[in-house]
Amino acid sequence: MNIQTQSKPQATLDDVLTDKSEYKYGFTTDVDSDIFRKGLDEDVIRALSEKKNEPKFMLDFRLKAYKKWLTMKSPTWPHVHYPPIDFQGISYYAAPKPKKKLESLDEVDPEILRTFDKLGIPLDEQKRLSNVAVDAVFDSVSVATTHKKKLMEHGIIFCSISEAVHEYPELVEEYLGSVVPIGDNFYAALNSAVFTDGSFVYIPPDTISPMELSTYFRINTEETGQFERTLIICAENSYVSYLEGCTAPQFDTNQLHAAVVELVTLDNAEIKYSTVQNWYAGDRETGKGGIYNFVTKRGKCLGKKSKISWTQVETGSAITWKYPSCILQGDQSVGEFYSVALTNGLMQADTGTKMIHIGKDTKSSIISKGISADKSSNAYRGLVKVNKGASNARNYSQCDSMLVGDQCSAHTFPYIESANSSANLEHEASTSKISEDQLFYFQSRGISRENAISAVINGFCKEVFKQLPMEFAVEAEKLLTLKLEDSVG
Amino acid sequence: MLEIKDLHAGSEDTEIIKGISLTVNKGEIHAIMGPNGSGKSTLSKILAGHHEYEVSSGSVTYNGKNLLDLEPEERALEGIFLGFQYPVEIPGVNNAEFLRMAYNAKRLHKGEDEVDPLDFDEILDEKMKMVEMDHKYKARFLNEGFSGGEKKKNEILQMAILEPKLAVLDETDSGLDIDALRIVANGVNNLINENNALILITHYQRLLDYIKPDYVHVLSKGKIIKSGDKGLALELEAQGYDWLTTTTN
Repeated sequence: MNIQTQSKPQATLDDVLTDKSEYKYGFTTDVDSDIFRKGLDEDVIRALSEKKNEPKFMLDFRLKAYKKWLTMKSPTWPHVHYPPIDFQGISYYAAPKPKKKLESLDEVDPEILRTFDKLGIPLDEQKRLSNVAVDAVFDSVSVATTHKKKLMEHGIIFCSISEAVHEYPELVEEYLGSVVPIGDNFYAALNSAVFTDGSFVYIPPDTISPMELSTYFRINTEETGQFERTLIICAENSYVSYLEGCTAPQFDTNQLHAAVVELVTLDNAEIKYSTVQNWYAGDRETGKGGIYNFVTKRGKCLGKKSKISWTQVETGSAITWKYPSCILQGDQSVGEFYSVALTNGLMQADTGTKMIHIGKDTKSSIISKGISADKSSNAYRGLVKVNKGASNARNYSQCDSMLVGDQCSAHTFPYIESANSSANLEHEASTSKISEDQLFYFQSRGISRENAISAVINGFCKEVFKQLPMEFAVEAEKLLTLKLEDSVG
Repeated sequence: MLEIKDLHAGSEDTEIIKGISLTVNKGEIHAIMGPNGSGKSTLSKILAGHHEYEVSSGSVTYNGKNLLDLEPEERALEGIFLGFQYPVEIPGVNNAEFLRMAYNAKRLHKGEDEVDPLDFDEILDEKMKMVEMDHKYKARFLNEGFSGGEKKKNEILQMAILEPKLAVLDETDSGLDIDALRIVANGVNNLINENNALILITHYQRLLDYIKPDYVHVLSKGKIIKSGDKGLALELEAQGYDWLTTTTN
């Protein structure tokens, strides 16, 4: 078997920056990449696995997933529309060259380091964010993980998943696919077959992570898919807060991002997972280009009294299809979902959560804030399911939509399935509008339009923003204001 | 301070203001009265810079500047204040935080430092006392669920905090019971002095029992059809607007 790799020239930073200014992160970085030929078959998977020098269990996992994927169809139930994706037209592996094991940041291509700097993510240990450890994933490969040593002193493993496959195969083998089975859905099966990198976290028992852990994902190459895989295991009585940020350059073609994130909490453990997603959303007027963000995120509260909390601020992507969910298996476990989803231009989002109550006395809460502007479509879809044995389950759901302008749409699809009569489920929903008169009111008091929009939006999203770590909350506020400035009025 | 010359304005294809001229000097109180639909509220919104209205001809000069060139927030920072007839509700935005934003915007404009929430709270307490507003309104969302009276008090509270040079109060008296009217009027009276000016837009004479205007203008169909002193308002009260509108047409 022989898979050709190719290097291709790319637009320079200046080309892209001078051309299109609206999307701040729309530049590409000029690095030599190692890209697989387009298309997917067993040979590509074997080549991928070989390239990554993986143990047999990983190859088996991939092949099994691939066979399953071949029997599946892309879901049609989401409230989004797009032409069929040509899965043979995508390259399933792109890595910055030279691909060798990096011992320190000094060995990372300086162009890539500059890219992350430009994105506001300093990887340089000297000027790193003081209390955040970062794993940076560039196209398909993890290029740098900071603070590793300090975390290791606490027994915390934070590395790329490729590294984990080699260094901690027993943990990976036990938990990978345990929350999102390989055949869970079309895109999860595809991811399981071809995922190239992502982050791995293991927090040992009785450990509170001394810092926030974070991964920044960056798609750089045109016509590659990004399929990253994240696995976080939080052992008994431990806690970790994890942040994820995403950006991509602007291309006229659509790029597929099909990630899988799996979280596991054991007894009394808690994972707080926060995302600020700002993938390129395509041209605002024509809808050309942009990322298809088809992501499966799920956490399993395996242990008693364990807790998983998802917070997401979704502001980008041409299409978002994403339902960070919680399986509340342990008795008295708690699941939370806090979401702000903003759509503008011609963006389409179908996002929400699933709370599956299995254990006794389990609790979940859902706070969803959808903001739609321009001609975009924004749907909340959520399932609260109470199994027969889940006595005294409680859920509170609140879904608020805000409309900006009169050509956008907001939809709410709440599903409730309860097989236990002791369940206590509440659902509230509202729709509001940000109006020209509201902004005029601020302006007539000397407050700029920009600050007015920011105040109204932050007011609307307050309950979600306060869940975010401080620096993320500030970033999220700015991002939303920036995106809405031209849409109001 | 303010000089309006032959102003014509409207929204879309409809002309609402059909040639208004008006001069307001420092220390003066002008009342603009008139029947519904005469263009009173439109005039106030044009002065504040609402985008819905377009000026087709005429000029508005404020302290030597062409007012029509300024964005609404610039007008506010230059000292113009509009008290709204129907203050809009803004859920999610804390009232005290909004008031501080406005206060700080003005301070920044004057080259002063912003005040922090603690210092501002002291300023706010004192101003709230003046309009007899309960402290619970600090933490409430801006105007949301406020009664008509509380909304209007909140407008005057904003006026007290911003200390405008020219305040335009659009039907501040409408929907107020007699106690609220007295409180609001006392608040306004406390705020006016020889260095600022006030335009009171009202449908009824009763507000003018509390706030004594120097001039009264009657607006009808987009024009000032009669100007006079306080006596004109009383005459209107006795005879109704028909008395003027029929005789002038």
